[in-house]
Amino acid sequence: MTKEQIPLKENDVNNERGSMDKVEPVFSTGVGISEATIKEISKAKNEPEWMLDLRLKAYRKYLTMPMLDFGPDLSALNLDKIKYFQRATDHIARKWSDVPDTIKQTFERIGVPKAERQYLAGSSAQYESEAVYSNLKHDLESRGIIFMDTDSALRLHPDLVKEYFGKLISYSDNKFAALNTAVWSGGTFLYVPKGVHADVPIQSYFRINAGRTGQFERTLIIVDEGGSVNYVEGCTAPNYSEDSLHAAVVEVFVKKDAYCRYTTIQNWSTNVYSLETKRASAGENATMEWVDGNLGAKITMKYPSVYLVGRGATGTMLSIAAAGAGMHQDTGAKMIHMAPDTHSQIVSKSICHDGGRADYRGLIKYTKDAHHAHSHVECDTILMDKKSGSDTFPVNDIETSDGTIEHEARVSKVSEEQLYYLESRGLSESAATQLIIMGFLEPFTKQLPMEYAVELNRLIKFQMQGSIG
Amino acid sequence: MADLEIKNLKVAVEDKTILNGVNLHIKDGEVHALMGPNGTGKSTLSETIMGNPRYTITDGQILLNGKDITKMSVDQRARAGVFLAMQYPREVAGVSNANFIHSAMNARSNGKPVPVLKFLQDLQHNMKFLDIPDEYADRGLNEDFSGGEKKRNEILQMMMLKPSMAILDEIDSGLDIDALKVVAKGINAMRSDKFSCLMVTHYQRLLNYVVPDFVHVMVDGKIVKDGGPELAKELEKTGYEGFEKEAEKG
Ligand SMILES: Nc1ncnc2c1ncn2[C@@H]1O[C@H](COP(=O)(O)OP(=O)(O)O)[C@@H](O)[C@H]1O
Ligand SMILES: [Mg+2]
Repeated sequence: MTKEQIPLKENDVNNERGSMDKVEPVFSTGVGISEATIKEISKAKNEPEWMLDLRLKAYRKYLTMPMLDFGPDLSALNLDKIKYFQRATDHIARKWSDVPDTIKQTFERIGVPKAERQYLAGSSAQYESEAVYSNLKHDLESRGIIFMDTDSALRLHPDLVKEYFGKLISYSDNKFAALNTAVWSGGTFLYVPKGVHADVPIQSYFRINAGRTGQFERTLIIVDEGGSVNYVEGCTAPNYSEDSLHAAVVEVFVKKDAYCRYTTIQNWSTNVYSLETKRASAGENATMEWVDGNLGAKITMKYPSVYLVGRGATGTMLSIAAAGAGMHQDTGAKMIHMAPDTHSQIVSKSICHDGGRADYRGLIKYTKDAHHAHSHVECDTILMDKKSGSDTFPVNDIETSDGTIEHEARVSKVSEEQLYYLESRGLSESAATQLIIMGFLEPFTKQLPMEYAVELNRLIKFQMQGSIG
Repeated sequence: MADLEIKNLKVAVEDKTILNGVNLHIKDGEVHALMGPNGTGKSTLSETIMGNPRYTITDGQILLNGKDITKMSVDQRARAGVFLAMQYPREVAGVSNANFIHSAMNARSNGKPVPVLKFLQDLQHNMKFLDIPDEYADRGLNEDFSGGEKKRNEILQMMMLKPSMAILDEIDSGLDIDALKVVAKGINAMRSDKFSCLMVTHYQRLLNYVVPDFVHVMVDGKIVKDGGPELAKELEKTGYEGFEKEAEKG
């Protein structure tokens, strides 16, 4: 592969996630949240009545719901200090040249336009709370694929949004789903009509810029019967001294015989709380694949799920987590088998270094209708030092007697024997370690589009610089 | 160019003495064969020259071009020109063979990266030469390779990395006759006045295809006899028994 294909420039290595840009928000609701804030957000967006009602119901529920009572310690997260809504530009640019210069420079630096030109069918970049740049190649558009930010979709395709919004993840699901429903802004809306195959990856970049900004994007993907799509989302956040919150909600509907792959690389700076709710449903003979990379954030809590509701449906999760100093990755997956002959697979790989912690938390559920269900779970962890830690919390909830579950969990160090072999060819200890780690992650990286794979390897090398020489 | 001199080398593994004072001198461009029964210390010697941390030197010296390398790290020795084709090459999942060899070449090229195109051309050429199918470039390093494929892959690495001092530990074991010929072809292709080689083997068979300049016999952690290629032929007829008896007496 040539240098030109690497989206990030070499000189960014010392300033990995970029610096804070000077972009004054056009509109902001200030610090904190109240019913008035929510009404302001809804009014600013010119939303239909039902959405405002839903937001307010969710907000009232949010106030009554307890903080999450498992996993990482969230006591340092002050929800009253968050800016709940900011708009970076007052219009959505259609062409790259319409995007404001500072924002353009940021994206230029993280490589969006180049990546788009070279690989992508469509790309939508979220800066602050709304998409400032979105573009869909004509062939996809002409085949009826809808790809836009969720705010625009609510304006342009209100019935479609209303039909699916909140139908998989109710605002009462958990405190952060309630909060998201109350203050959501931006996110991706993607609709693939019956029988349509989007053969090239569709991708979207997200980026938080101003400090203490909550990002509550709301993503809705519908793949209609027999359709297929490969959706890729990446995010980087600049480093800040103040803590930010990222609480997305993602709902994916994969209808009969349809296929969806949803790929995310999360690389928030290490003061971001990333508390996401992601759920998919898979109909008869449908396939839903989550490909999920977690490299950043102070605390990540994310357990994407697949509800296997149709006979023969398949759900998979392939994830990696890298946890360095001060980081806690609490991630996993949930596979809820609700129909016969459903299959699921979870492969979770993690690397902990410099005192970082990565835990796996998962659920396999077979309801009484899930006859002959099959599930395979594999957790594989490398601990780079004694300060770092990892645990697995797998839960099986089985109501049938004819299903099968396999579970494997492994915690290891980098093998001395392998290091010696690589060193005997001239590689330094750190280069050899790096190569072994990249090999460990390869089952994940090989599933990524090329520029993401390159990017991921580079980010991991950067993150692990201290611990491997 | 490489001149390797081993002086009175004593080596222990987990407090058990394996090598009892080995002396060996391999000069520029020479090919030596080290033979001996199983468990006698041939791999111990090979691994100790490479710097495998499991082996502890209790006495003696290893001089490469006159300089003691016993304090050097494994990768420093490699970059100084030492190469060990291991008796049991390790597998590294997910690291492609090509990526690995390219990384190793870059590590040895004094900060000047080896151009990808040139690398791929050389790799393809050498793989063809060794009858290694193209797809092995993209497979995980030695991952699910058969014993023979691993050996061939060691020779491929040697041809790509161009060491000045190669130690080939039982490179012939587990090979059928065709594979043996291929491996021998690889070694012979390397032979020049800039390439020194120590071939460790249990059998005489390989030496029919790569004719050594010198042959040494090791028994119980000591070299008990030195000679020319004819010594290997003699061993084929008599076996190691005579030497073992001698060693017991001595
Ligand atoms: N890593 C090791 N740990 C323990 N014992 C070893 C190790 N390597 C070699 N030995 C012992 O040292 C002796 C010599 O082994 P080795 O050098 O492998 O012989 P050869 O290669 O001549 O067959 C044997 O008795 C063997 O069991
Ligand atoms: Mg041996």
